[in-house]
Amino acid sequence: MPAIPTTTSARLAATGTMTPFAHVWSGVRRGALLPVATIAAIILAVWYLACLPMNRDLPQLAHVDGLIDRYRVAWSLERPLLPAPHQIATELFASTLGTPLLRETADGMVLNPRNLFTHAWVTVSATLTGFVIGLILGIALAIAIVHINALRMSLMPWIVASQTVPILAIAPIIIVALGSMGIVGLLPKAVISAYLSFFPVTIGMTKGFASPDAMLLDLMRTYSASPTEIFLKLRWPAAIPMLFSSLKVSISISLVGAIVGELPTGAQAGIGARLLSGSYYGQTVQIWSALTMAAIMASLLIAVIALAERLTLNAMGARP
Amino acid sequence: MNSEIAIDIRNLSLTFETGDSAVHALDNANLSVAKGEFVSFIGPSGCGKTTLLRVIADLETPTLGSITVNGMSAREARLNRHYGYVFQAPALYPWRTVEANVTLPLEIFGLPAAERRTRARTHLAMVNLAGFENKYPWQLSGGMQQRVSIARALSFEPELLLMDEPFGALDEISRDRLNEQLLKLWKKTGKTVVFVTHSIPEAVFLSTLIVVMSPRPGRIIDVIDCDLGDERTLDIRETPEFLKLAHRVREGLRAGHSYDD
Repeated sequence: MPAIPTTTSARLAATGTMTPFAHVWSGVRRGALLPVATIAAIILAVWYLACLPMNRDLPQLAHVDGLIDRYRVAWSLERPLLPAPHQIATELFASTLGTPLLRETADGMVLNPRNLFTHAWVTVSATLTGFVIGLILGIALAIAIVHINALRMSLMPWIVASQTVPILAIAPIIIVALGSMGIVGLLPKAVISAYLSFFPVTIGMTKGFASPDAMLLDLMRTYSASPTEIFLKLRWPAAIPMLFSSLKVSISISLVGAIVGELPTGAQAGIGARLLSGSYYGQTVQIWSALTMAAIMASLLIAVIALAERLTLNAMGARP
Repeated sequence: MNSEIAIDIRNLSLTFETGDSAVHALDNANLSVAKGEFVSFIGPSGCGKTTLLRVIADLETPTLGSITVNGMSAREARLNRHYGYVFQAPALYPWRTVEANVTLPLEIFGLPAAERRTRARTHLAMVNLAGFENKYPWQLSGGMQQRVSIARALSFEPELLLMDEPFGALDEISRDRLNEQLLKLWKKTGKTVVFVTHSIPEAVFLSTLIVVMSPRPGRIIDVIDCDLGDERTLDIRETPEFLKLAHRVREGLRAGHSYDD
């Protein structure tokens, strides 16, 4: 390549591209961690302080005097109204790394239902299946809406209306209806996830596909480009930033959908099942650890999408 | 049809219907441009100069009248890829490198990859951008970006180059340099260029034919032959011939405005 040694090209060559990991790490070093850690510390402090007032009506505290002793008891109750963070952490550890993940049965090794990871996996597999269905459906709807004007008018109100129906009311109907057709297990939960997660994708991608300005579309017209070429070479790449924003919303509500889908049948497995059984038996610590697991799962799923976003946008030459 | 005529416009009118009122963007325009000419459309905003360019490009359809481009209808000329269009803004695709932006039309026209690459490099070199193939648009200055868009318009060797105020957003110094480069490029390639501008010096400096337009309704009020010779440099703008032509353009523009006030 005949690079011309001007000052401009030299300056441009010096603009290196950082890897996404380097970005995260430099963020930590610049002190991005400090604000997050401060908020976390404040939340933990308030939480520990709240444990006594929240649990003060429990019988174990009835005859304990002295503030320090009362707190000591309040932080180690067996079935507290509000468990202390370390109780949740202990339960979380005991029910994951502290329990064998596999169990021997007559059919061979299976995932141990006593291990919280087993339940997390059950929920995540439904979440991801629903997410993929929602993603495909959402993009397909957006493509149709952008290209066919009549559909924008006719479909959009229904799409919006679909999300105003409470999912807690729809979920049992879907579970029962699919169950009567012999479809049980992962798929009905995935359908509920997809029902929720297609929406942000459709809204985001409709906007993304329509985002190229008139000049870029005119340019394609001067080339007499076909609608397919316009879509592949212009609308699709232009919509990629919107795609990732939509996916972050979509994956988290997919998780909510899967958990909600595990409630109505009193499902055998999954984070939803753990929440349900925890509330049946008053095992508040179990409920909280299942909730914490759900939060961790959501964070990890979003982190994966954020990483994919970084890599994709870098590859598309985005300004660092 | 005379094969030496690049653009032939007869009694052309274009009316935009906007709600209950109609805007007469072009009113009975007549113009004939020979092949190899450098034509400028000049006039205040709203005079229809961009609309006329867009009619030539078949981006707008005239209400009345006829137009031929290289001896065929504007639509056929577009479908046969007879022109390259340069917009007011560079209109580069930000996710494509400079080279990939230049090869975009070539991909759509189905040229093989090796050929696309050769052509992109040739045309980028022609606009003095060799060595910038792998940069992204945001890494380039506004003037460089506009040169990429010129290379893109030239990459498929169209016979006609349509330019809509391509240097309007640039500072005076970049603009002067690009005008000189454009003139050299035009001499070298011998293409017909249609150039929309609202700068009198730019029009006089570049053109062989200046079309003066006036607004409401958009009309052609003067067509000025303008050949300042082959060896034009920016210094020519100080000569009496140049100033005389500039004066005539200015008079035309003023006449077009007089009844507006």
